[in-house]
Amino acid sequence: MKAKVKVTLKTGVLDPQGKAIEHTLSALGFGGVSGVRQGKYIELELAEADEADAHAAVKAMCEKLLANTVIENYDIELEPL
Amino acid sequence: MKATVIVFPGSNCDRDVAVSLEQATGRPPEMLWHGSSEVPSTDLIVLPGGFSYGDYLRCGAMAAHSPVMRDVVDKAKSGTRVLGICNGFQILTESGLLPGVLMQNMSLKYVCRDVHVRVERTDTDFTRQYGNGGVLRIPVAHHEGNYNADEETLDRLEDEGRVAFRYCTPDGELDRDANPNGSARNIAGIYNEDGTVLGLMPHPERLADPQLGGTDGKALFSSLAEALQ
Repeated sequence: MKAKVKVTLKTGVLDPQGKAIEHTLSALGFGGVSGVRQGKYIELELAEADEADAHAAVKAMCEKLLANTVIENYDIELEPL
Repeated sequence: MKATVIVFPGSNCDRDVAVSLEQATGRPPEMLWHGSSEVPSTDLIVLPGGFSYGDYLRCGAMAAHSPVMRDVVDKAKSGTRVLGICNGFQILTESGLLPGVLMQNMSLKYVCRDVHVRVERTDTDFTRQYGNGGVLRIPVAHHEGNYNADEETLDRLEDEGRVAFRYCTPDGELDRDANPNGSARNIAGIYNEDGTVLGLMPHPERLADPQLGGTDGKALFSSLAEALQ
């Protein structure tokens, strides 16, 4: 299976990069933009074909390495390879 | 005191800290490559500054899972003293030996300059030679030194006297402008529950010899040498 993992900062955690992007967007004339948050996107190809097992494996990877759960949330999407 | 410096791919303060340790103890520390599965018997483990694994994913995230870290964590839990400087502090939080996280500096800029920190406790193995505490002038050099944790954890660190150093003015005042990275409550370094593991962002090894322009970092190494002799 293919896994697409999104890692984002938890609500309430300051995101100075997001703020800088928001500021620059506004300077470029893009009005009405707020709440810009920057995150990470990670793709993985898994030998595992069973969706539930693949999800459990990727969840464990997120908890152990891909995300720092003190400040980050993660979201897992799976699709066939 | 026998000291061991762990060398990760991308460490770059390992030799500086080795010089400081040798000056304090009279013998060179063992330099141990991160791929080792075991840390030979030692009194102090140092995780040095640098850019382990190129700071990929998050600073310290890869190094925290290096083969050697399993034994570092085991030894830390059984009381071996562990000192993490800068990237070493980031590795300590990523490995769970210290709480919280080191986020990108609020300014989004890499900060490389001398700052002042207040020694919050002088009754630990790391700081016993700092006399009555006071203020140190000490260099920082980092892009991710903005210490944060949830309010409950921060309160616990304060209540348990686990804040080791705080950024301050030269007079010792806690001031927002004296904080180079936006860290919560001006925290520059913290201890674990037993006071046996210390992580700090400033670099004591970079001001531990008069030739480097100052010696305010030196007592940290001589404190350890005295405590663990």
